[in-house]
Amino acid sequence: MAKRSVVPFGPQHPVLPEPIHLDLVLEDEVVVEAVPSIGYVHRGLETLVKKKDYNEMVYVTERICGICSFMHGMGYCNAVENIMNVEVPDRAKYLRTIWCEMSRLHSHLLWLGLLADAFGFEALFMHSWRLREKILDMFEISTGGRVIFSVNKIGGVLKDMPADMLKNFVQILDGMEKELRETTNIFLNDYTVKSRMVGVGILSPEDALKRGAVGPMMRASGYAIDMRKTGYAAYGDLDFEIITSNDCDCYARCQVRIGEIFQSIDIIRQAAAKIPDGEIAAAVKGNPDGEFFMRVEQPRGEAFYYVRANGTKFLDRMRVRTPTFANLPAMLQTLKGAQYADVPILILTIDPCISCTER
Amino acid sequence: MENNGQNIIEIPLEELLPTAMSRREGGWRIAQACCTYLGDSYELSYSFAREYEVVHYRIVIAKDEVVPSITPVYKSAFLYENEMKELFGVNMEYIGVMGILGTDYKNKLYRINEETPFVKEGQ
Repeated sequence: MAKRSVVPFGPQHPVLPEPIHLDLVLEDEVVVEAVPSIGYVHRGLETLVKKKDYNEMVYVTERICGICSFMHGMGYCNAVENIMNVEVPDRAKYLRTIWCEMSRLHSHLLWLGLLADAFGFEALFMHSWRLREKILDMFEISTGGRVIFSVNKIGGVLKDMPADMLKNFVQILDGMEKELRETTNIFLNDYTVKSRMVGVGILSPEDALKRGAVGPMMRASGYAIDMRKTGYAAYGDLDFEIITSNDCDCYARCQVRIGEIFQSIDIIRQAAAKIPDGEIAAAVKGNPDGEFFMRVEQPRGEAFYYVRANGTKFLDRMRVRTPTFANLPAMLQTLKGAQYADVPILILTIDPCISCTER
Repeated sequence: MENNGQNIIEIPLEELLPTAMSRREGGWRIAQACCTYLGDSYELSYSFAREYEVVHYRIVIAKDEVVPSITPVYKSAFLYENEMKELFGVNMEYIGVMGILGTDYKNKLYRINEETPFVKEGQ
């Protein structure tokens, strides 16, 4: 009979940039159950609605995460703008779209680097992060920040991108594309890399649905669901196909994210070509009164923003359901039956963001 | 309160489990669940999504009312339910079904020393 034992994993572990703990129930080397513990860095940011007014909350939501900072701010702004019936100018919608796709690019490149680091391919890790650095430079040029950007406001954005800046960004991305093809080719075709991912961590379409998976995790199990298709920001004006895979394994999740890197470049090109002239913010008067559930597609998947306002400048409630929070049950499912040695890679393939989860 | 065209349906507490079961049978996933503290009561919102459709069920309960767990219906609901219990003090019945290690964290999902930090006086 197999020997059963419980092995703690984390909260400090070489593959985890942020703390999460798992109790892994093993039978010999096979995981039969995993129970997560979070809460090492819980900040209770949602309760700040009682101390910060609805405009200041834009900056609070941006601080939920250092990777999806822009998208958190935008998702919250969208919810409040819907409550207040604010019509955001088209130029601001395009600018938001460009910054969103830059966020997706830098997030997916960061993840590729972490994945390469997890299976010990240091040169690949460095190449991925070297390319990511160019996106961070573009953020710094356009917003002044590399992590927190503070360019969202209720009604639009605070900074514009002049035509020559947009042209320069498109040229940078054109140059990056060749290097990206070389680097991602290794992730997709290298024998050693594939041997760590192909057939590992299967999440069947049924389990993805039952466990409420979102984003690349869901799309790598065959579901063509992407909240950008709901048409928020300028996505309704732009052409893109949802990237999916039917392989349901770690390789499929890597494949979907790599596809989305090239898709983001294409969306930025389209947005830079189509961006209309005009104002970048609408005037906002009064205080919000009502409630709204807003969904946006972050790099890790669908994020949910619930805002409930009472007509004063302080909100009753602001709640964020982040994609990692939704993907944890799916991750636990993929761990069942996995080899103990594959656990780090499996955890990484959901692209966990603990600071989002512990907002 | 203005709901801005959102599909929000108010249901009584006893309808929660049958609603969750019918949504699961219809191929809907649970998209989120959250709690709002109203001073003398709680407002619970459960959102279910199917492709791009989303529907939100709203339940208002007294502070001491026992809320049935929908984790036996939607396994991923245990995180939302533990969060509501720990941060707001919602009186959830045992969360989920007992596995080897269980899914009811008994107010220790977030490892916060303070009890029900989201319903503090003055917040």
